[in-house]
Amino acid sequence: MIRPHRSHPLWFAFILHRISGVALALFLPVHFWVLSLALTSPERLDGFLHWTDITAVKIAEFALVFLLAVHLCGGLRLMALEWLPWSPRQKTLAAGAVGVSVLISGTFFLQAI
Amino acid sequence: MTSTAKTLDVSVWRSNDTGGAFQAFAVPIQESQTILDVVAWIQQNEDPTLAYRFACRVGMCGSCAMMVNGKPRWTCRTHVQKVISGNKIEIAPLRNLPVIKDLATDMDPFFDKWVKAEGVFHPSKTRDDAIEQIDPTSHERTEADIGIECINCSICYAACDAVSTTEDYLGPAALNRAWTLFNDAKDSGKQTILDAVSANGGCHSCHSMGSCAEACPNELNPMASIAGLKRETAKAFFARRKS
Amino acid sequence: MTDLWLYMAQRISALVMAPLVLGHIAVMIYAIQGGLSAGEILGRTQGSFGWALFYGTFVVAVSIHAAIGLRTIAFEVLGLKGSALTVFAWVVFLVLFVMGAQAVYAVTAT
Repeated sequence: MIRPHRSHPLWFAFILHRISGVALALFLPVHFWVLSLALTSPERLDGFLHWTDITAVKIAEFALVFLLAVHLCGGLRLMALEWLPWSPRQKTLAAGAVGVSVLISGTFFLQAI
Repeated sequence: MTSTAKTLDVSVWRSNDTGGAFQAFAVPIQESQTILDVVAWIQQNEDPTLAYRFACRVGMCGSCAMMVNGKPRWTCRTHVQKVISGNKIEIAPLRNLPVIKDLATDMDPFFDKWVKAEGVFHPSKTRDDAIEQIDPTSHERTEADIGIECINCSICYAACDAVSTTEDYLGPAALNRAWTLFNDAKDSGKQTILDAVSANGGCHSCHSMGSCAEACPNELNPMASIAGLKRETAKAFFARRKS
Repeated sequence: MTDLWLYMAQRISALVMAPLVLGHIAVMIYAIQGGLSAGEILGRTQGSFGWALFYGTFVVAVSIHAAIGLRTIAFEVLGLKGSALTVFAWVVFLVLFVMGAQAVYAVTAT
C-alpha cells in the first residue's frame, strides 16, 4: 500500500488520521452500549469496569486515547492548514501532532497503572 | 549500482492487446544520463516502435513526465544516478491518465478539468482601457506569483491519490491554476471560480495528503493553493448564509 | 454543492468537538486514578444538566462527523455511489446518534 509516491510525512499523517478515525467510529457503538448498561443493568457495567483493571485492557485503553488524541491533533493541524493561512512547516506540525498525542495518551497510561 | 556494471537494467511499460507488460532492456551507462536519454536510446537503438512524448528537453514544456521507479518525474531533468535503485530502473506511463501507447498518456482529462476548474482567464477590460497597475508586493499578487510557474506536466495529478479514488476530482494542477487566477487583480471571474471549485469533485475532495507538493518538479505547493480555495469557499459559505 | 455542505458540516462538527475531546481526555485522566467504578461515574454525571449538555453536544457532533468521514471512505475505498452512499451515511449517523443518546440518558438521568 505504501507505494513510492506515498512515502512522505504528510501522506503518513493522512493515513494515520484516516485509520484513527475509522477505529474510533468502530469503537463508539461499543462504548455507548457499555455506558447504557448503567440504566439497564448496573452490575454488568461494574463488571465491565473491573475488566479495565487488567493490564492488557489498560494497554488497549492507552491505544484508544492515543487514537483520539492523534485524530484531534491531526484534525487541528488540518484546520490550521485550511482555514488559517498556515501552509509552511506542515511536516513539523504533523510530527508535533503525533508527539502531543503520545504525551497525552502517555499521561493517561501512567494514571491508569 | 555496482561499479563494474556497464549497462542499466531498464523495464519499460509496453502496451499490448491485453493492456500491457514491462519489457526489459539493457542500456549502456553514460555520464550525466537522464531518464529521457534512456528512453530515447531504447527507441533509437532497440525498438523504434516505442512510443513516448517529449519536446523541450530542458524542463520547460511539461511533455515528458513518466513514472520512474514508482514516482512521477520530469524525465528530461531526472538524472539516472539520482533515482536508480540497485541497477534497475522501471519506467511506466503517468498514473491516473489513460495510456495511448507505451509511455504516452492521453492528457485530455487533465486539460478538460483545467477548464472545468475555470482555470482560464476571465478578462475585465477591453483594449481601449488603460492597463491595470499591479502592486507586485500586494498579498494577492504574492499568492498568485507562488503558483504561476506551473508547466502543466501532470506530475502532481499522477501523484495524487484523491485523483485515483474520485473520478470527478479536478486535481492539484487545475485547482492551483484556479487559485492563481482568483488572486489575479486582472481576472474578473472570482465568483465563477469559487462556484466551479465548490461543485462536487472540486477543492473539497482534496485530503491534504501533500503528494502533489512532494512531487512537483518546480517545487510548487498545490496543496497550499487548494487550502486557499477551501478557505475562500468557507468564507463565501458563511457570507451567503448571512446575506 | 453536496461536497461543500458535507465539508462545512465536517469542519464545524470538528470545531465543536475540539474542546469537548480535550475535556473528555482530561476527565478520563482524572477519573481513571484508583480504577473505574459505576458508582464513581454515575455519582459525577447523574442528575447533572451540565454533563448532559456536554455529552449530548458531543454525541450529536460525533454522529455527524463520523457519518461524513465514513461516507467519504465508503465512496473512495469501497466504491459506494449514489443513493447507496446516502443511505450508508444516514445509517451510520442514526446508529451513533441513537446509541449515543441512550448512553447519555443512561448516565445522566436520575
